[in-house]
Amino acid sequence: MDFFAALLQPFQWGFMRSALLAVLVISPLFGLLSTMVVTSRMSFFSDALGHSAFTGIAIGTLCGLADPLWMAVLLAAAFALLFTYVRRRSNMASDTVIGVFSSTAVALGIFIATFGGGSFTQYNSLLIGDILSVEPAKIALLAVILLVVVVLWLASFNHLMLAAIHPALADSRGVKVFWQEAVFSVAIAVVVTVSMTWVGLLVINSLLVLPAAAGRNVARNMRQYHLSSVLAALIAGLAGLMISYYIGSSAGASITLCLAVWFAITFLLRRRRL
Amino acid sequence: MSVHRHGTTGPGCAGTCCLRVDGLGVNFGHEEVLRNVSFHLHCGEIVALIGPNGAGKSSLFRTILGQIPHTGTIEFQRAGGDKTRPLIGYVPQSPVFDRGDPVSVFDFFSAAISPYPVFLPSPRRLRARVAECLSRVHGEGLLDRRMGALSGGELQRVLLALALEPLPHILVLDEPLSGVDIDGEKQLLDMLDEIRTSYDLSILLSTHDFATLGQFADKVILLKNEVLKVGTPEEVLSSREFQDVFHLNLGKGERG
Repeated sequence: MDFFAALLQPFQWGFMRSALLAVLVISPLFGLLSTMVVTSRMSFFSDALGHSAFTGIAIGTLCGLADPLWMAVLLAAAFALLFTYVRRRSNMASDTVIGVFSSTAVALGIFIATFGGGSFTQYNSLLIGDILSVEPAKIALLAVILLVVVVLWLASFNHLMLAAIHPALADSRGVKVFWQEAVFSVAIAVVVTVSMTWVGLLVINSLLVLPAAAGRNVARNMRQYHLSSVLAALIAGLAGLMISYYIGSSAGASITLCLAVWFAITFLLRRRRL
Repeated sequence: MSVHRHGTTGPGCAGTCCLRVDGLGVNFGHEEVLRNVSFHLHCGEIVALIGPNGAGKSSLFRTILGQIPHTGTIEFQRAGGDKTRPLIGYVPQSPVFDRGDPVSVFDFFSAAISPYPVFLPSPRRLRARVAECLSRVHGEGLLDRRMGALSGGELQRVLLALALEPLPHILVLDEPLSGVDIDGEKQLLDMLDEIRTSYDLSILLSTHDFATLGQFADKVILLKNEVLKVGTPEEVLSSREFQDVFHLNLGKGERG
């Protein structure tokens, strides 16, 4: 079997075609968000959001909802808003505030999931994720989210960047710093929650950090930064999917490892810039 | 340095006050940060704000910018008795950029002055406009440098150029001389004087560098939560209040 046949072979299966579509939508989404997560130093925050999303799923399941996803999205969004508010109103360092929120969310999630002797095993799939289980309706939902994020980016990336670099300066130039941060946090919350089921809670944060972290090694301005971040996410997404098909490993973990290799390469290639 | 000191009134300003702060008070929770602060800023004047760390200098600036709630009044007056809020150009304390931040001077600048998304290919006209703004501080060559790679003086010039677009009535600079080496400092002070003369705007800045005060400031305000002394640089630097605040008389045997 030659190389191209090997590339195409997996996609004779319907589930692989769905997974491919999902990757094509998810990876640019994460690549884009990742630029801002890294610039505004929120990589630990997005990790905490995954935890709150899990709590939402646990609550949704407890309430007997057929699709606990919506409960999780709502809870993660509320969590993101509350976090943005507390961070602005307290003098505590961000990582401390995040630590407080993250551990509370996880404890609450486990508490609810195991409430009355419940078993945790039914949530195991969330931790690893399974991209092969993605349904066409959910891909459409992800596509809509991608569209919304692209519009958000076009409309407010400039303000978002200024608010991250220097809040007081941004404020003096008419940027609504709190709302910029709030909208961005909610966007991350929604994206993390919706894609958690397929990517896996344990590795989802790496998709929000690695593309831009590698981008920083090579980019000299915002255009190169975005281009390298989105491309890296896309290529790693496709490569990871193929690897997971042929080796039988988790897609989320394979994609993450591809990104990690890419990060290592860019780290070695980075120009010593003074 | 070729700085000539203005009187309390700039030429052609007929003694108008650009900014009149009266009985200003600011509290953060139970902490009183500013108390009964009053001063006037005249057109074309350079006023320096000095005081120890935590004296409320940055808070005063942010209050004037309208970012912090306060008691007392801040009045603006523009030519012809127009009392509407003037444009205030703000040069913040130098933000800390990571050396690796992929934010070029163009990115930073155009994000602040234009709605055109910085992650898309940059239109030539926008680049030309940013270059023109930078030329006001002789910084055309900085356009494609990364913010994190600029020296302290270069960064201050970029921030200054940004504060001048659009051209403000009042320019407020928060410690523009900190982190700037001696050459950069002279360049920056010359530039402020040039700006003051060519655009006829008022400048309010805070500084810890008392040695150069006499060379550029028309008026100095000594602040420690309240105004302790106002006057010419000589008056303030030789005052008892100044020596008390900065403990300059310690060891002179006063306790003897």
